[in-house]
Amino acid sequence: MNTLEERVLSIIEKNSRVDTKELAILLGTEESEILAAMEKLEQEDVICGYHTMIDWDKTGVDKVTALIEVRVTPQRGKGFDEIAERIYKYPEVTSVYLISGGYDLMVTLEGKSLKDVSSFVTNKLSTLDTVIATTTHFILKKYKDHGTIMTRHHEDQREMITP
Amino acid sequence: MNENANHVLSDTCVGLKPSGIRKFFDIVSEMTDAISLGVGEPDFDTPWHIRDEGIYSLEKGRTFYTSNSGLKELKKEVAAYMKRSQNLRYDYNSQIFITVGGSEAIDLMFRAMINPGDQVLIPTPCYVSYDPCARLAGAEPVIVELKEENEFRLKAEDLEKKITDKSKILVLPFPNNPTGSIMTREDLRPIAELCIKHDLYVLSDEIYGELTYEGRHVSIASFPGMQERTIVVNGFSKAYAMTGWRLGYACGPDWIISQMIKIHQFAIMCAPTTSQYAAVEALRNGDEDVRMMRESYNERRRFVLYSLKKMGLPCFEPKGAFYAFPCIKEFGMTSDEFATRLLQEEKVAIVPGTAFGDCGEGFLRLSYAYSIDNLKKALARLERFVTRLRAK
Repeated sequence: MNTLEERVLSIIEKNSRVDTKELAILLGTEESEILAAMEKLEQEDVICGYHTMIDWDKTGVDKVTALIEVRVTPQRGKGFDEIAERIYKYPEVTSVYLISGGYDLMVTLEGKSLKDVSSFVTNKLSTLDTVIATTTHFILKKYKDHGTIMTRHHEDQREMITP
Repeated sequence: MNENANHVLSDTCVGLKPSGIRKFFDIVSEMTDAISLGVGEPDFDTPWHIRDEGIYSLEKGRTFYTSNSGLKELKKEVAAYMKRSQNLRYDYNSQIFITVGGSEAIDLMFRAMINPGDQVLIPTPCYVSYDPCARLAGAEPVIVELKEENEFRLKAEDLEKKITDKSKILVLPFPNNPTGSIMTREDLRPIAELCIKHDLYVLSDEIYGELTYEGRHVSIASFPGMQERTIVVNGFSKAYAMTGWRLGYACGPDWIISQMIKIHQFAIMCAPTTSQYAAVEALRNGDEDVRMMRESYNERRRFVLYSLKKMGLPCFEPKGAFYAFPCIKEFGMTSDEFATRLLQEEKVAIVPGTAFGDCGEGFLRLSYAYSIDNLKKALARLERFVTRLRAK
C-alpha cells in the first residue's frame, strides 16, 4: 500500500462523503490519481462499502442491539468458517468476529425489540448443531462507535486572545 | 482615568501601541454569526493521553512548585528532543529551562541581554510580541522588512543593511506567523555567517517548527559556531495543541540561560506543575499525534491555497505554521478596510496583515486551524466578496 492510498483510506474512513475532486486538492494530487486508487482499493475489497454513522437512539425508531458471545465446536477441515457463515448470512446480524479467549464468536445483532433478539438467539442461534453455548448482552447506551463520540458537541471553544 | 495617569505610569508602557489584532477582535466578538479564520491556535484538543497524565499528576497530589528551571525529567526529555530533531546537544541541567509558554522565554532573553541603546533586529511582518518586549527591556527595535518577492524569507543583504555597531540580537521567527514562510538550510547559511561576522545573538523562535510541510524544520543553532550564540525558543502550544497549558522552553548557552532563570525565578517562580507532567508524556509518546495533526494542517493548507488560486487572490505557498498570507493590493484599499468590510458584508473575520507590522499592508493573515467545513464556508464568502469588488 502506498502513502496516497493510505491517506485516502484514512480520510474517507472518517468522512465517506468527501468527493474525489476535494480529495485530490487535500492530498496535493490529480483527481485521476484518486479515482484510480479508489477503484483499485474497491476491487481488492479493501474498501468494502460506504456507510453512514447513525445514532438511532435520537430518532425514536425502535432498535435494540445485542452482543452475543457464542461458543461453538469447530468442524474438522472447516474450522469456524462454516458456522460463522451460517450465522452472518442472517440479515439481522451486523457483525461476526472470531475471538480469542473464553468463547469463539462475537456476534452483533440488531432487532426491533428485546423479544426479537431473544427469539433469534433461542430459535435460530442456539439450535445450530455446533453451537454449545451463548451469552447475550444488550447494549444500553452507545458512547462511542467507529471512532465517533456520539454525544460530542462541536462548538469552537477558543476565545479571542492577543497577540 | 486618573488625570495624572501619564505622569504616574511608565512612559515606556504607555508608549506601547496596543495590539492590532485586539482592535479587530473586539469588533468580531460583537458579532455572533461571524465565521472566523482569525484564531492563531490549533483547533485540536490536546491528545487524551497527554491530558490524562496531567490529571494523573493531580490525583497523585503533585500540586507543588517544581524547581525554578523545571522538572528534571522534562528538561531531559527536551534535551532528547533537541538531539533527535536537530542533532543538537544541550546539557539539561544548565542549558535548558522550562518557561510559561514560548512568549515568556522571548521576554526573558531580551531582559537578560539588553542594555539601554542596544538594537534588536526584527524581521517583519512577524508575531507581535518581539517589538514591545524589546522596548520594555530598553532596546531599540529595528525592523527588517521581509518581502513578498522572497516569499517572506529573510535575505542576508536586507539584514546586513540594518546592522549597526549597536545591533545585539537578531530575532528569527520561522516558521513564521503571520506569513507561513520558512527558512531552509540554504536560506539560513548566509544569515548564520552574518551573525558570526557581526557578533549577533539570535532569538530563534521555533514554536511552529514541527508544523513544517516540506522537509524538516532546520534550526539556525545547528550551524557551526551558532549554538553558542543562539537561544532556541520552543514550546508545546502549537505542536501538541497545548496552548492553554502555558508551557514552553529555552535552550542556549549556560551563561545566558542562567541569567534568564534569575529573572524567571523572581517573576514567575516556575512553570505550572501539572502542565510539566503532561509535557513529559507529550515528548515521550506524542510523535504520532504531531504527525497526525501536521498531516491534517497540510491538507487544509492545500485546500486554502487551491481556493485562493481559484478566486484569483495571489498567495505564495506557505510551507510552515498554519497561516496563508494572500495579497489584496488589487482592490486599492488598506488591509484594515478590506478586513473590516469583509467582516461587515460577509461576516468573515480574517486579520489584516498590518496587525503584524506596517509592511503587512496589502495582505491578510488567514489561519487554517479550522475544520475543512469551516474553511469551505468562509472561503466561499471571501470569494463572493472579491467577485463583488471586482465587478464594481
